Amino acid sequence: MRNIWIIAKREFDHYFISPIAYVVAFLILLTTGIIFAINIYYFIQNALQSFGQVPDISPITGAFGFLLVLSIPAVTMRTLADEARMGTLELLLTAPVRDFELVAGKWLGSFLFILTIVAVSLVYPIILNGLVSPGIDQQLVMSSYLGVILVAASFLALGVGISAVFTNQVAAFFVTLMTFVFLWWLIGFPAQVLQGSASEVFRYLDMKTHFYDSMNLGSIKLADLVYFVSLIALGLFTGTTAIETRRWR
Amino acid sequence: MIRVNGLTKDYGARRAIDNLTFDAEQGEIVGFLGPNGAGKTTTMRILTGYMPPTDGTATVAGYDVVEESLEVRRRVGYLPETVPLYNDMTALEYLKFMASLRRIPDTEQRAYESLEAVNLEDRADSFIGTFSKGMRQRVGLAQALIHRPEVLILDEPTIGLDPAQIVEIRNVIREIGKDRTVLLSTHILSEAQQMCDRVLIINKGKIVTEDTPENLQSRLVGSQRVVLRVRGDSDGLNARITKVKGVRTVESKPDGSVEFEFGAGEDARPQVAKAVVQGGYELLEMRPVGMSLEEIFLELTRETSDDIKAS
Repeated sequence: MRNIWIIAKREFDHYFISPIAYVVAFLILLTTGIIFAINIYYFIQNALQSFGQVPDISPITGAFGFLLVLSIPAVTMRTLADEARMGTLELLLTAPVRDFELVAGKWLGSFLFILTIVAVSLVYPIILNGLVSPGIDQQLVMSSYLGVILVAASFLALGVGISAVFTNQVAAFFVTLMTFVFLWWLIGFPAQVLQGSASEVFRYLDMKTHFYDSMNLGSIKLADLVYFVSLIALGLFTGTTAIETRRWR
Repeated sequence: MIRVNGLTKDYGARRAIDNLTFDAEQGEIVGFLGPNGAGKTTTMRILTGYMPPTDGTATVAGYDVVEESLEVRRRVGYLPETVPLYNDMTALEYLKFMASLRRIPDTEQRAYESLEAVNLEDRADSFIGTFSKGMRQRVGLAQALIHRPEVLILDEPTIGLDPAQIVEIRNVIREIGKDRTVLLSTHILSEAQQMCDRVLIINKGKIVTEDTPENLQSRLVGSQRVVLRVRGDSDGLNARITKVKGVRTVESKPDGSVEFEFGAGEDARPQVAKAVVQGGYELLEMRPVGMSLEEIFLELTRETSDDIKAS
């Protein structure tokens, strides 16, 4: 466990000197900020017509999910691919560190970085809470943010796992992006076309339903939690296997 | 400390090392000598737990490199040929990171000690990205030393260093080698000769020969050649030298000197000198022409190449 933490800390520190990390943080916060401002403006304009309706946080967290699809490949692409390219992987693989600890450390470090951005975005619900009387739905904020965190954690695990396969970070970026596009959009189409249990399987695999149709609406279901935890496990397993395979090559 | 038995590694169809067997004891500096692509790095990577062998076994500090890889890695300090460093870290940060992965209690103190050992303590807070090749090499060595390992494995430790730094690094390694096991690879023969207690010559994945540098030289040089120079004309000198007991061949050189050869163990030099002086010649110079380790090495590696071709 300690090794995971040491590697995570090094990874986390690295983001604060990396231009890509700043670009990602800037774009996420800028986009969510614009959406937040438009959202507030809209409610103020229509305050008289929107009887009983109160603004909530779901448009922000909803946009967050989509932004993660585009930005996480840029965050994870270098995690292990760059270590392989720079030769520093040899250093880590001959240090008394298990392959799993290395992959999990990389994942945890990148997760803490995204968590920092998510934490900064908490200013939106705090502002909103001040604007709305008697305050916004706290439970919805919590479940939506839990959803964002789980989506990020799953994407990061898959991204780190894919990065372990490659030595070239551009290749890692595109494969990661394609995987996310597939999980977030494409996998939903067979669910609409197919019938019966086959449709159910695809519906379960569709990532955005686990987010938009449940957590971002305020409900936390075990099936969703199992789905995200399984993806994290799959990503870490892929990464560990890829590192082990490197040793045999 | 290092026991290697029948170690073999294949990369696909290519055999990188073929049935290597050797030992290295505590307090011994063993040199791994061979041309590029001979299998030195592959062997070192197996011994440091980076990759498993295709066949054979190896133990380091009593632990099997495959079965007890983590135990081996705890006890080995390794400087890979590529000298992997993080350019975005300072020398001190880098060493502290490596020290913490190795569970060293006082990481900062130990990182400083390691930097002192390689004379880099005044650059502790400089970014590695700004370092010269020689400084990078020294940070890499400091990293290999930081946990005071029982076994030190250094892949081409002096490559890219200037002469002063080479002397410095050699002194550091020799100091460490007093009570630890050091296995270092090099393709510079004089380096192996100066630093190592024992040399393994490896070519095409096989050990060609193994001995102390001194024995290697005397064993492989079957005869001794000497160049002799006299003042003025050297006519008739050849005939005189040929008569001396032990002298095998005599040859006049275009520059007026004479080169003669005698068998190892029957030093003919005093007799030759006497014969020359008695003949009325003024002897100016007499010096041995040693077969250098370079020549021995080329000779040995050529032989194995021929063997492989023949088979």
